[in-house]
This record gives sequence, C-alpha cells and structure tokens, in this order.
Amino acid sequence: MIQRAIPVARYWWSYRFFVHSAIRNDLRARYARSKLGLLWALVQPLAMVLIYTLILSHLLSAKLPATNTVYAYPIYLMSGMLGWTLFSEALMRGLGIFVEQGELIKKVAFPRALLPVIAFGSATINGAALLSMMLAVFLFLGHWPDIHYLWLPVLIVLALWLGLSIGLLFGLMNVFFRDIHQAVPVVLQFLFWLTPIVYALPMLPPDYHGYFAWNPVAKLTAAFQDVILYQSNPAEWHLLMLGGIALAFTILSAGLYLRVKHELADHL
Amino acid sequence: MSVLINVENLGKAFRTYPSASQRIRSWIGLPTHGIKDLWVLRHLNFQVYAGEAVGLVGENGAGKSTLLKMIAGTLAPTEGRVQLLGEVRAILELGMGFNGEFTGRENARHGLSMMGMSAEEAEALLPEVEAFAEVGEYFDRPLRTYSSGMQMRVTFAVATARRPQVLIVDEALAVGDAYFQHKSFEKIREMQQAGTTLLIVSHDRGAIQRICDRVILLENGQVSREGDPEAIMDYYNAMLANKGNQKHKVESEQLDDGRIATTSGTGEATIHSVSLHSAETGEPIEIATVGQELELRVQLHIHEAIDQLVVGYVIKDRLRQDVFGTNTHHLDQVLDNVQAGQAPCYRFRFNCNLGEGSYSFSVAAHADDTHVRHNYHWKDLACTFEVVNANKKRFLGVAWVPPTLVIEQSAPQTGDAQ
Repeated sequence: MIQRAIPVARYWWSYRFFVHSAIRNDLRARYARSKLGLLWALVQPLAMVLIYTLILSHLLSAKLPATNTVYAYPIYLMSGMLGWTLFSEALMRGLGIFVEQGELIKKVAFPRALLPVIAFGSATINGAALLSMMLAVFLFLGHWPDIHYLWLPVLIVLALWLGLSIGLLFGLMNVFFRDIHQAVPVVLQFLFWLTPIVYALPMLPPDYHGYFAWNPVAKLTAAFQDVILYQSNPAEWHLLMLGGIALAFTILSAGLYLRVKHELADHL
Repeated sequence: MSVLINVENLGKAFRTYPSASQRIRSWIGLPTHGIKDLWVLRHLNFQVYAGEAVGLVGENGAGKSTLLKMIAGTLAPTEGRVQLLGEVRAILELGMGFNGEFTGRENARHGLSMMGMSAEEAEALLPEVEAFAEVGEYFDRPLRTYSSGMQMRVTFAVATARRPQVLIVDEALAVGDAYFQHKSFEKIREMQQAGTTLLIVSHDRGAIQRICDRVILLENGQVSREGDPEAIMDYYNAMLANKGNQKHKVESEQLDDGRIATTSGTGEATIHSVSLHSAETGEPIEIATVGQELELRVQLHIHEAIDQLVVGYVIKDRLRQDVFGTNTHHLDQVLDNVQAGQAPCYRFRFNCNLGEGSYSFSVAAHADDTHVRHNYHWKDLACTFEVVNANKKRFLGVAWVPPTLVIEQSAPQTGDAQ
C-alpha cells in the first residue's frame, strides 16, 4: 500500500506549481479586464445587505435578542451572508468544475484529483478576501473583533468544504444529466430563504422552529452569527455534524467518481 | 530494446443506457438491464520500444485518436490496460488549457506547469519557448489577439519545450503555415534523433514514411496490420480505394528482395506484365543512365467487358515518394468498350530525367481519371530499376534538370561596400 502510494504522492507533488498557477489564473481570469477586480466579490453580498438593511433594519433591529449595538441587524445579516456566500459559491464551483474544465480533462493528462484542490484553493482566497473586506465594514460600523473571531478560519474551511463536497457530487451527475446545473440554483434559492439569514429564528412562531433543525446550512450560518455578532462560541457539536456531512459527501463524490471515471471524458 | 509503451488487451467502449434510471442504478450498484457497449477499439495488443517511431494509420473512425488518448491518459480504457514506462508528452489537439485573456508568456508558463514542472524549471524554459514560437512582441499580449496560427506556434513550442521520453502527436504536423510546419517537423525529428520515442497519427503519407520505423494500421477497432511503413502505406492506400466494392481485394506479397508489394483491384482487367526497356534497342533493362530514353511496357489481360479503361503509372523513389505519375486519361487515350479476351499492350516512352538511385513503378488499370472509384488492378513495385550517372556532370537530387549558365560581369561599383 505504502509502496504504491509513494510514487503517486511524488507524482502529485510534482504538480504543485500547476496548482499554484491554476489558482492564480482562476482568480485573475474571474476579474480579467475589470478595474476593481476582487472588490466585485464583495459588491454582490454588500448590495444585498444594504437593500435589506434599508428596508428591514428599523422593523427588525429591536427584535434581535441579546445584542448591544445599533447596527445589530446589518451585522447579523452580513455574518449570515458571509457563511451563505462561502457555502453557495463553493457549491456552484464544484457543480461546474467538470463541465467547465472539460477541454482540459479531455486533452491534458494530469492528476484529476487536483481539480477540487484548485477549486478549494481559489475559493479559500476569495473567501478570505470577502471576510477581510467585511471585517473592514464591521470596524467602520464600530463593531470590534474579539477572541471568538479565531473560530472564523475553521468556519470558513467548513463552509467551503461542505459546499464543495455537495457541489462535486452534483457536478459529477451534471456531466451526464445537464439539467442538474439548471436545477441547483433554484433549490439554492429556496434554501436561502429557509435559512435564517435575512430574518432571525426567534421572530418566527415557535411551531416552525423544529423544521429548521433539519437544515444543516442554518447551523452553518448560525455559527457565523454566533461568532461575529454575538461574540460567543459556536455549538461545537453542530460543527462536528457539518464536518460529518461534508465528509459523507466527499466520500460519495469520490465513490461516484471512481464509478464513472471511465466514461466521464466521453460525455464532456 | 526496452519496451516503453505496453498495450495489453486494450478496449474502449462507449456505453449507452436505455434510460436515465438505468444509469443511476449502475451508479449505486443496483442490477441493470439494456446497457449496450459500443466497442470502438477492442483486443489491442502491441508494444512500442525505446527510440522507435511508430505511425498509426487508419480511416476516419478507425479509433486512432481514441487509442492515442488512452495512451496519453486522458481517456480511460474500458478493458485492458496501457503500461507507460517513461515520461509521456502528448500533443493531441492544440490550444489545450489556454486562456485567451492571458498573454502568451503567462499561458506558456501555465502550460509548462501543467506538465508537472516547478516554477524554476518553467521559468528557465520560457526563453526557449519564446524563441521557438517566433511570435515576436505578441508573446506579451493576450492570447485572444493571436491568429490561430500564432496560437498553434505557442502551443507547439510549449508542448515540445522539454524533450520527453515518449512524444505522442495527433495530426499536429498539418497545422500552421508551411514555414512552421517544416520547423515543427524538424523539431520532432530532432527529438527522435535524441532518443525520443514517437507515436504519430497522420494522414500525411510523406510525413509517416519519412519519420516512422513502423506503422500500425487500425481497421474496425483492431490492429489489422503492422510493419514496414512503405508496405503498410501501400496496403492502406489500396484499401482506401474502392471502399465498399465487394469484388475489390487487397493482397500483399513478399518479393525476393524482402520488400512487400501490394496489389489490389476488382479484377475485370489485370496487369499481366510490366517491364522496362531501352527505347533505342528494345532490350529489357534494370539499370538506366541519366537522360536515357526508356520505354515502359504494360501488358494487360481483359477478363470482362468494361466501359472504360485507363492505365497509369507512378515512378517512386527509394522511400516510395511519388516522383512522377500520369495515366492515359491525362494523355487523352482512354479506351472505351473493351471486350473480354483482349490483351492491350501499353508502351510509355519517356526520357529518364532522374537522379541517381533506385526507383520503382506502381502501375494501375482503372475506370476514371484516378484509381479511387473503380480500380481494376493496382500493383505496387511492379517493376524496379536503378539509375546511374554515366555521362552527365555530377548533380544532386531525384530530378535531372540541367541548366545553361550565363555569368554577366558588370563593372565594379564604387562607394557600395555591399
């Protein structure tokens, strides 16, 4: 086993510059020929935050429990949005990866397992940029970071991993059934509104609260809200559960990949 | 010689599922029915040895590109395996993985990384890539501003930046302008001489014969023949002619000198004998001198009545490249309504304006201006002869094109150092 693994590992290691180069190209290609570049990654979620704040802030801020800042609602919204954006972008990335990289997969021999690594790498950098810009906004609003922010790297990795692992599974299926790429954004839209991001759970009638226990993404966004707004520790066992789900999807994706890899390139 | 590529019982099938649900069942391991395998290639077995240049030929759809992709590792085999015992580089299709927004240099750097190079190795090779691609200052402009020929130059330069142990080339020889085609061909040849093993798919007979030691012919997804490039290419050409004609047969026979001659045809008319004579004396000859007047005699036997009869020949050099060819259609002497039992003899007279070396005649009897549509009989290596230079000044090449020369002496000009 080990004897077989060493040459494979060495082969993969020889591609480290490729991973580096591909991540850099990926980030650059997204914003090629745009002057503001990476800033655009922030504009979309910020615009949404701005809209909801303007519309809903006064209606809702009084109802957000246990907060001591006047900007509680925008911060609540932004922390939830941060978790959601990381998750959904990673998911969409995984979903599209095989079809988008089809030409490369068909024409160039390289370790295929590096594709998710590249996607994870560029999503991490994007996520870190998004986080730092949001932190700047929080500072501007007078909301200072504290020790609990140390959870953020863990949460970011978790959000990306969860999104990517689910995305990869559907991305593989999407190679054979292209409807999936159309269907997933619709499902995501429902999921967004089924997750307490724009609203807070205590605002809803208690009868409905039970349903939200079934939504793992709600646990993810809640963790971001806990850490950033409430400045408390997230529920550790929620994080473990999310990690378990991500691991399960990773194993499922890898299993499906092994099953379809001999015909994958034929359908790209 | 050590084996570099070992192809073992290799097969590729494109799997079709009767419905989406059957495909999903196969994913989760449930029993399925109605799944059909369409075999593109099956039961392939061959080896490629270190330092060899192997050509792959076959009609469109014979599975050449599929085979190359499996060897290159971009397509997974359905059964069997490909063992690679060296570093393999493939030029399958040009422009792989490049991004139009980035400059040639950036794309080249990324392309090198895609071959598993480190940043330092890639950086060290970039000047060579730039020099070989010869796109000038465009190298630092976005790829989308390139012409397709320029993109091709950069891709080729990247793919061949470092000499691999095995180079796989799919039709890449026929792209770009004549200058770069020549240059890339030379580059491939250089690599071969330095020890790179080549595996080439090309429809260019000349390229295959100039570069390959061995040719593998794929037919209906299987290796139908392999061996000496000339013999296989002759056989392949004969096979291509008259596709779909049931009566059309292709045969190869080994001559006394070990060379393999291909004959093919439907057999309404057969070439009975082909001989070369001195036009002056009528004596049969095997050695001709440069400039000598010669006569090629082609004796036919007609077995069935045919509407139209055209007889033609091609003089080929040692490498079986065409030197000169013509036929009675071009000579305006087509015979119509030829009856069974007739035995026309054709005498072609010409001057032997050829350079020194060994030549052969391929002779054919067919219905139209080419042998492609209806070929009665085609015979390669029908007659061979040697050309020696007995009484002419020394010259180079396969053609004798003697010039007359005048040297004009003008008064030396002053003030012009050039």
